[in-house]
Amino acid sequence: MPSLPNLTADLGAVWLTFRLATVTTVLLLLIGTPIAWWLARTRSWWKGPVGAVVALPIVLPPTVIGFYLLLLMGPDGAVGRFTEWAGIGLLPFTFWGLVVASVFYSMPFVVQPIQNAFEAIGERPLEAAATLRAAPLDAFFSVALPLAKPGFLTATILGFAHTVGEFGVVLMIGGNIPDRTRVVSVQIYDHVEALEYAQAHWLAGGMVAFSFLVLLALYTLTGRKAR
Amino acid sequence: MRRLFIPLLFAACTARADEVQVAVAANFTAPAKLLAAAFERDSGHKAQLSFGGTGKFYAQIRNGAPFEVLLAADNTTPARLEAEGAAVAGSRCTYAVGRLALWSARPGYVDDQGAVLARGGFQHLAIANPKLAPYGAAAIEALTALKLLGAVQAKLVQGENIAQAHQFVASGNAELGFVALSQAMQDGRLATGSVWIVPARLHQAIRQDAVLLARGRGKPAAQAWLNYLKGNGAQAIIKSFGYEI
Repeated sequence: MPSLPNLTADLGAVWLTFRLATVTTVLLLLIGTPIAWWLARTRSWWKGPVGAVVALPIVLPPTVIGFYLLLLMGPDGAVGRFTEWAGIGLLPFTFWGLVVASVFYSMPFVVQPIQNAFEAIGERPLEAAATLRAAPLDAFFSVALPLAKPGFLTATILGFAHTVGEFGVVLMIGGNIPDRTRVVSVQIYDHVEALEYAQAHWLAGGMVAFSFLVLLALYTLTGRKAR
Repeated sequence: MRRLFIPLLFAACTARADEVQVAVAANFTAPAKLLAAAFERDSGHKAQLSFGGTGKFYAQIRNGAPFEVLLAADNTTPARLEAEGAAVAGSRCTYAVGRLALWSARPGYVDDQGAVLARGGFQHLAIANPKLAPYGAAAIEALTALKLLGAVQAKLVQGENIAQAHQFVASGNAELGFVALSQAMQDGRLATGSVWIVPARLHQAIRQDAVLLARGRGKPAAQAWLNYLKGNGAQAIIKSFGYEI
């Protein structure tokens, strides 16, 4: 059985991971929805490049993302210079640094389901709204958003779960600070490396159960409607 | 085609027989690469190097990793492997004694007395994870001996191993950090930035032991590599990175 201080550290990591995933998901829904809307509707030449950038984290190894984020957000990087100029300081080793990294890293898991849902609506309901003299913004909120609800549900669940499952990027820019950057996946890694297998099992088994339940919920909720 | 193929296959097999798979502690990465090149030149054998944290290597070796020699960052891991039967009894030797260094990528940032630690004024002090890495544990011992641990605790950022601690400092994200002196040295002198070589009395000696693993038993290349490490040529290379022997 794990001793009490370590259990506290484990719970701290769980709470931190929950906060990180929640903040990231909320931000991603705010940022990702307009991007998804634009990607779904545009006929611009930029659709391809923007879509590709959004999808990059799916194919790039976390070492590449972590390495470039570390350099970009460092004192000699463009982002680092900006945050220092803005008085925020440097982002690596901070909670908000992890949020920025997670927003980028989990972006495709939020944007793509929403984009697919918007594309599935097609032109007709929006044209109908326009003939009823709904302003574009009104049509978006009262027609497009409700129709795309399953897409938002999928995006929220996947964005949250993918952020919980983040490891490599956090390892490279986090600095393993208790209650600030030591998330569950890093805590598990520490336990395994230190041969504390009993404690690793609590968290690792919990992650397996959590991930299974999340995906089960996702497939149960969306499977009824979509497929 | 077949005539060409069979000799090639044969050549590949003989080359393999003369290879030694070496697990190398992260702090010893640069010297190990030089040593492997010289070893190949002098002996004809090839040393295949894998770099990482000693703790990780321990777990991998216990779970069947194909390493034949371990160059650890401490002396407890090789002893433990030997006691557990995963290493050949009596094959342990100290190949280097590591020195801890307080290093910054900025020239002039770290003074040669380490007074910058007490002065403060930095956001982040990088160390290797003290739970996993001997250099991280030594850093905590030194900070404790200097009675500065409490003052810097909130500024500590941990690398998974000493290589990552070095990376945090090299990229400028941490102003300074405790690294292995070997990582800051090149050709017998400081490569870049500024450094304070932490006095050896401030922490337990970092005795880095090599050990012949069970899979290397009776392998000529593995034995040749261990012998080579003890030779004068190898020791000169090791010393040029700031290690003591």
